Amino acid sequence: MRFIPHTPGDIDHMLATIGASDTEDLFKSVPAELRGRARLELPDGLGEQQVLERMAALAARNRTGRSFQGAGAYDHFVPSAVVAILGRGEFATAYTPYQPEVSQGTLQACFEFQTYVSILSGLEVANASLYDGASALAEAVLMALRLAPKRNKILISEAVHPEYIEVVRTYLDGHGRGSIETIGIAADGRTDLKALQAALSADVAAVCIGYPNFLGVIDDLSNAARLAKRIGALTVSVTTEALALALLRAPGACGTDIAVAEGQSLGLPMSYGGPGLGLFATRRVHVRQMPGRLVGETVDEEGRRGYVLTLSTREQHIRREKATSNICTNQGLAALGMTVYLGLAGRNGLRKLAEYNAVRARGVATRLEAAGFAPLYAAPFFNEFTIEVPGSQAWFESAVAGGLCPGVRLSERGFAADAGDERVIVTVTETNSDDDIDALVASLVTHLQAKRETA
Amino acid sequence: MEFPDNLHYTKEHEWVRLEDDGTVLMGITDYAQDALGDIVYVELPVVSDEPVTKDEPFAVVESVKAVSDIYVPISGEITEVNDELPNSPEVLNQDCYGDGWLVRLKPSDTEEFEELLSAKDYQSFIDELS
Amino acid sequence: MGEQPTVKKSVMEEPIFEKGSSGRSGIDVPDPGGPVPIDAVLLREDLAGFPELSEPEVIRHYTRLSKLNFSAATNFYPLGSCTMKYNPVANETAAAMPGFAGLHPYAPDQHVQGALELVRELERWLAEICGLAAVTLQPAAGAQGELTGMKIIRAHHLACGYARKKVLIPASAHGTNPASANLCGYDSIVVPVDERGLVAAAAVEALLDEDVAALMVTNPNTLGLFEADIERIAKSVHQAGALVYMDGANMNALMGVAKPGHMGADVLQFNLHKTFSTPHGGGGPGAGPVAVRADLERFLPGPRVVERDGLYRWDYERPDSIGRVRSFYGNFGILVRAYTYMLACGGDGLGQTTRSAVLAANYLRARLSGVFHLPYQADSMHEVVFTDKFQNETGVKTLDIAKRLLDFGFHAPTIYFPLVVAGALMIEPTESESLETLDGFADALLAIAREAAETPDVPRNAPYETPLARLDETRAARSPVLAWSPKPAETA
Repeated sequence: MRFIPHTPGDIDHMLATIGASDTEDLFKSVPAELRGRARLELPDGLGEQQVLERMAALAARNRTGRSFQGAGAYDHFVPSAVVAILGRGEFATAYTPYQPEVSQGTLQACFEFQTYVSILSGLEVANASLYDGASALAEAVLMALRLAPKRNKILISEAVHPEYIEVVRTYLDGHGRGSIETIGIAADGRTDLKALQAALSADVAAVCIGYPNFLGVIDDLSNAARLAKRIGALTVSVTTEALALALLRAPGACGTDIAVAEGQSLGLPMSYGGPGLGLFATRRVHVRQMPGRLVGETVDEEGRRGYVLTLSTREQHIRREKATSNICTNQGLAALGMTVYLGLAGRNGLRKLAEYNAVRARGVATRLEAAGFAPLYAAPFFNEFTIEVPGSQAWFESAVAGGLCPGVRLSERGFAADAGDERVIVTVTETNSDDDIDALVASLVTHLQAKRETA
Repeated sequence: MEFPDNLHYTKEHEWVRLEDDGTVLMGITDYAQDALGDIVYVELPVVSDEPVTKDEPFAVVESVKAVSDIYVPISGEITEVNDELPNSPEVLNQDCYGDGWLVRLKPSDTEEFEELLSAKDYQSFIDELS
Repeated sequence: MGEQPTVKKSVMEEPIFEKGSSGRSGIDVPDPGGPVPIDAVLLREDLAGFPELSEPEVIRHYTRLSKLNFSAATNFYPLGSCTMKYNPVANETAAAMPGFAGLHPYAPDQHVQGALELVRELERWLAEICGLAAVTLQPAAGAQGELTGMKIIRAHHLACGYARKKVLIPASAHGTNPASANLCGYDSIVVPVDERGLVAAAAVEALLDEDVAALMVTNPNTLGLFEADIERIAKSVHQAGALVYMDGANMNALMGVAKPGHMGADVLQFNLHKTFSTPHGGGGPGAGPVAVRADLERFLPGPRVVERDGLYRWDYERPDSIGRVRSFYGNFGILVRAYTYMLACGGDGLGQTTRSAVLAANYLRARLSGVFHLPYQADSMHEVVFTDKFQNETGVKTLDIAKRLLDFGFHAPTIYFPLVVAGALMIEPTESESLETLDGFADALLAIAREAAETPDVPRNAPYETPLARLDETRAARSPVLAWSPKPAETA
């Protein structure tokens, strides 16, 4: 077993030191009856070559490539420098920086990460990350309820990612506080502010708005926040495509009190949806109610700048059942990936990349419009937009057969339960080539012709 | 460790001082501040007409690695809180019986005084703990 | 900032925000080719505060930062309850394959048959290891697994008519247990630990009533001891209509030795980053799959992989499910790594892993007993807990011992946990360490014990050889600085 360094001689020496006759002797405290039934019916172990052959065979049965899918996970280019740094064992195989004297690498990277999240969100304090965007939203809702002990209602725009809403429901179910009410969508694809205004009452703890929302639309976060503030409710912004935050007004500048986002876009592979990276930022006054790990700057005994985990009395290992969250760690390595990515992209590179995405997505929308499929919603979008394609299932099947994933059908994602919904989210990033785009347009044109012929 | 004779104590390591105007001042004892270590954060209640009841938690004191709820020592109304403390929590370590006071209460039930410990009794209680 | 420090300054690395120069970038982006098609009022000005660096500068910055870390790849890292075993590099090779890393979560099922097969097989293997019927891979971490498990228990009770109110949790438990139970609306009731360091059946039985929803128990417990009464305890819990939640954080002690399902566990979470060798990543990402007995399968989070017409598919029709706990399907990239590891080990290799881990822990126990105080005498499994009681005589504390170990090139054990032991030093060597490393570590601890007796100031002022000396945590907490900002002089 190549992972275990103990030779028979080593084992004998250790057993002799312990005073045991064989290794079975070490398990006397486990009832014999349990030990007798514990054999593992698993395949035999394999050499590395065979392991990697098996993994390559599995991977070969997955198809990647030409895709206009987004809706919560985004195919952006990941620079080799990010991969190289994440591959360093010094980062990958360390754990929670309990001993700050020998963990300054991890700690400083977390501090830099928090700084980036704070700038992107336009809010003063950010934590060192949560699991993913969806659970970050659930944590934000729980925090809003803690901040408003007498309020019980959570308003969530229907244009927030449906899986995120589902996670909030799961977290609140049985929690004892917090009931969810969804707010509908106006004709332009933004949250219906009239409906929001009508739903706002003194019992509302938080209003959650997608930014951009699940339909790709840049929602009217500022006005939603203004309405929420009037009755003393907090505004929570929810971003699935974090690259948008490089271009759009920062959530904090729009009046958001808690900004959450999925950070996968910024330097992480999609990896079939995980690991993700939950970004979480809020106003300084709320820092004590914040969930998750925080890194702070301090000095050592000789006055040198250094970093430590701080404000940990909020956390489960000290406050146990009264903790602000049950979360125990952060997504350390994923957060490092984003930190390296943002260091590379930098002030101008990230902005330019975001602009490139926006311009290119608009270009695709214009071509689809010319083919007869204009964006369904009039409000502006970042790098994804929604179209309506009659017979979308047939379109998908023929496109997929040709190796192209043309987008994400809303009806398949728990968004529109009503049968016959033909809305499709099309996402465009820098990884989509001109050829991909031609193929997308061509597949729609073909689909339209096929429909006309059958009609 | 110092436990002044003119104060009353609770088993939650709080002290209470009866003032001439009939109010009481309260804080945490030398034992409590020492056990917590460097205090970094204090959360105080707000002054309010709403009465608070003996033994309910109404303030929080935190050090880097520990957190302690502070309980109402005597039922009554909160008439004043030490606004300086949240900005300079280290005062609790430096002067727990003076500038480190937490809250002023107007007692509603003076019979509860009977349940408080004298300095001597509190000292024996501490001795038993260690 | 006052005077310049004179020592070791060069090893520290300025924050990235103080580096670079205006006009640099580490990525080349094509020209957008047109104006941004979004109304300017919706846009931010720019990303003021972001640095501007070229690729080589970024590589050097983070490579240098990496060198300020201890890690399992560079140092023995005997952090108790964290199972800091070797993370095989083949795991990374597999996870990076484009057929895994490049998959979009909404890719059509027929495009992801390899991924879905991996999910199904990993579920089956984990079920076999713990002796339970069904597994979900969705939870992103151990703590989220606990939350998922407790939600399932709540759903079970609700289906029986009443959610119940309380969860029994031993005093030695990890803090996530009561925090997770609380998040599900349950009050935690502490079960005392007896003089053996164990939960006595009678102690549980005394607390059982019709309001108890579950017992959350870690086995082996956080003292590294097998809960000897577990079968009787489980029987009593079941008789009271409650369920047994087993925290599987310490599964590295049980593979091929005992199956929690046979002990009476109804629900269990795994920590793939502990037992199954996925890297800890400085805090994550991990994965916390949850296993349940057969009748609880219907409550697992959806969607689940099913096989239909010769194809694996995601099944979203889960009417009894507790719902999702995160987006998509879990930390898939971590699942790939754990699966790769299990392929390499096989059933026998996993059993050997457990035996070697327990052997190593007992070897350290034998080498250190007598010099360090052992609070509980029961047989150790995969980890051993000592205290600083003997060293206290000269005023040397657990924290000092931990800091001094860093000078010897060893990461410290877990300290001051479990809370039931004053001044705990919790050592978990795992199966990955050679006899020479184990001896080096034991020798270092014995040397520190001698220092504690003869020159107690040496450990008290440690560490000396680390990039920084002890850090001022009080200052960090009193006026928190949580993000970089330009110094006043620089802004002026």
